Amino acid sequence: MRDFKLRVLALILFAFGLGLCIYKVNVFGLPLQPGQDEEVWTVQARIAFKGSGKPTKVQFAIPHEAPGFVTLDEDYISGNYGLAVESERENRWANWAVRRANGPQTLYYRISIARDQNSNEMTGGSQPPFPEAPFYPEPYNSAIKAILDDVRLESADIATYTRELLIQLNADKPNENVELLRGRANNDEAWVFEISEVLKGARIPNRILYGLELNESVNNAQLKPWLQVHNGKRWLSFNPLTGQPGLPDNFLVWRIGGGPLVWVEGSGAAEVVFSAARNYREIVDIARKRAERMGSSLVDASLFNLPLETQNVYRVLLMVPLGALLVVILRNVIGIRTFGTFMPVLIAMAFRETQLLWGIILFTVMIAIGLSIRFYLDRLMLLLVPRLASVLIIVVIMMILISILTHQFGGTRAMSVALFPMVIMAMTIERMSIVWEELGAGDALKEGAGSLFTAILGYMLMTNETLNHLFFVFPELLFCMLAVTLLFGRYTGYRLTELWRFRAALKFEPPESKS
Amino acid sequence: MITWARRLRERGIVGINQRNAEFIMPYNPRNQFPLVDDKLRTKNLAIENNIAVPELYSTVEIEHDVHTMLDTLKHYSSFVIKPNNGSGGNGVLVIGSRIGSHFCKASGVIVGGEQIKRHASNILSGMYSLGGVPDTAIIEYRVESDPFFDSISYQGVPDIRVIVFRGVPVASMLRLPTRDSDGKANLHQGAIGVGIDISTGVTRSGVRANDMTKVHPDTLQPIDGLQLPYWETIMILAARCSEMVGLNYIGVDIVIDRTKGPLVLELNARPGLNVQLATGRGLLFNLRAVEAMENIPKSAEERVALAREKLG
Repeated sequence: MRDFKLRVLALILFAFGLGLCIYKVNVFGLPLQPGQDEEVWTVQARIAFKGSGKPTKVQFAIPHEAPGFVTLDEDYISGNYGLAVESERENRWANWAVRRANGPQTLYYRISIARDQNSNEMTGGSQPPFPEAPFYPEPYNSAIKAILDDVRLESADIATYTRELLIQLNADKPNENVELLRGRANNDEAWVFEISEVLKGARIPNRILYGLELNESVNNAQLKPWLQVHNGKRWLSFNPLTGQPGLPDNFLVWRIGGGPLVWVEGSGAAEVVFSAARNYREIVDIARKRAERMGSSLVDASLFNLPLETQNVYRVLLMVPLGALLVVILRNVIGIRTFGTFMPVLIAMAFRETQLLWGIILFTVMIAIGLSIRFYLDRLMLLLVPRLASVLIIVVIMMILISILTHQFGGTRAMSVALFPMVIMAMTIERMSIVWEELGAGDALKEGAGSLFTAILGYMLMTNETLNHLFFVFPELLFCMLAVTLLFGRYTGYRLTELWRFRAALKFEPPESKS
Repeated sequence: MITWARRLRERGIVGINQRNAEFIMPYNPRNQFPLVDDKLRTKNLAIENNIAVPELYSTVEIEHDVHTMLDTLKHYSSFVIKPNNGSGGNGVLVIGSRIGSHFCKASGVIVGGEQIKRHASNILSGMYSLGGVPDTAIIEYRVESDPFFDSISYQGVPDIRVIVFRGVPVASMLRLPTRDSDGKANLHQGAIGVGIDISTGVTRSGVRANDMTKVHPDTLQPIDGLQLPYWETIMILAARCSEMVGLNYIGVDIVIDRTKGPLVLELNARPGLNVQLATGRGLLFNLRAVEAMENIPKSAEERVALAREKLG
């Protein structure tokens, strides 16, 4: 019954820890591997106009929601201009104002964005009203009617209708109705506007998106129009020039709907050019921004918000439970004997400072020298505490000597020796010498080797980069560790070494089965 | 490896994890542990309960007592000094006789009074206690082994370890010191463990460092098929110790003195598992059988009768 409760508790803890971890991976996109980078695009809009020397106001549309992306940073570089940002429905505007604009003026808006699979959907899509059919003079009216009737025959719903319409309007060999319509538009933008009007004629709610298709070659580029129709549930995107559904990859939606991109009051017309650059940033940073944007308090409560020094301490501390679990397994399941329960974990942490090989050498040398000195002290018949203190002092002296010696020979490793836990060393020496006396050299060396082995294994586990990363980014994994440790707490099977210890028992006759 | 473990299971071998989790933790209330870890308390408790123990001569509790201890001991020519909280026979000094102002250890080595004092001082400083905490030295009657053991023991005093579960003896072994074990009766120090049939008190073959043996390696006398003296008394003593300390899974160490008969030497709340190797059978069957019993008789005599009848 007790075991049942324990298992349920362990299961709950494990599920909680793992669930939280999976949630963070899936929703925030926190990476399971360390050092992963993600593409970050920095897009810059440059607004240039000639100042008239009069008070000038500039209104410039800037991205609002940027579906498919998460905004990491925004910058407004505008010299002596005052800045206000306002958002209105699906658009956002940067309003610059200055008392006197003289000569050529340049304003910059810069945004850093990263791809985000989770915000692909366009939000804020309340059902738009059905548009009024626009008025066309003849012969356009009849031409549009003919086109719409044509398309209606070959479509089933709004999506297919729009697609079919776009294909017909953009056909390589258009019929005369389309030809007539094309004559009204002299560039792509005007043509997309014309298409939008035609769709309104079919009473299909639609809008034009302006955006940038991000790639390496975006330089001095202009916004591209894109078409969206509302099918009663959501907005569907189409390439207005091919009828291809959906938004292109890396399409940054800059603004929605018509109207000017930039509006200058008090000076001459402005020219806007866009450029984009790609760089890479650590995924963890991006995931944090993403979580911030989603307003999740889970990330507020994360270790990343601690001061850097504290963070570094936790990077180490979070690995200690792992070492403890290792000790549990090595002692209770394998049956390795060590000096002290968690002493090997502390030694392993000391190895972090000195690196493994040097740490092992240092540990072995210090224990060996310390032990021989300790045996000499034994002949002096000292009382326990003074003896321990003497060993401690000798350990410190040895550390100083080793540091000075290695420094003389140009080593730098030994400098970190100072952090080697000298009390732990002194206790190890003491414990080892007592085991040596009472149980013999064999047992003492066996336990010493067991401690060293555990420490080495612990070091390798605790310095594993992936594990470090996992526990730091997902500290909730500690609940999983706790669950596993609790289960080991009721492990009643043999220890591996007991199989050897009781090997003589295999010669026994197995008892008659008393059923 | 798994088949190996399965074969051990079939033979009822209890591992350390199982012993701790299924027997010690549920059956031994933690607050009673000091009664057995503190030998002085055990001894006083035993005297109150009319359980035979080696007579206590003196205790050394503070460093000052060390200076006067030889005066206190001047009437005794043989005695044992041991740490109150020691374990595994560590720190036990056995003085067999006096030679003038010197003492002769059981092993024949001559030591001076100063060395005896220093030994007591070491005990006080916690050298032999768990965790190095300051300790008390106990000076008590030196048990002289029953002549029965003369042919199968090398120096030292053999002792009989009885495992008692819920007041019922479930397994027992005789531990014979050897030259290798330096007169100590600890198996891992080289002593021989000899299984005892608890229903009859007759020895079976022994085990020494994982090897079966039927003779004592030093005296070359057979050690199997011997009827132990006082068997009923030993079993009853062990059974009564369990109720005395309120622990349900204990090991009772009993020695048989030449003149005083069976004496309880010490109790252990975490008895080792080597008894299984000595008796040649796993503990689990008897433990489970006793665990399944609904009514355990009140009197020690009845419990012993139960063990002799039901358990093999």
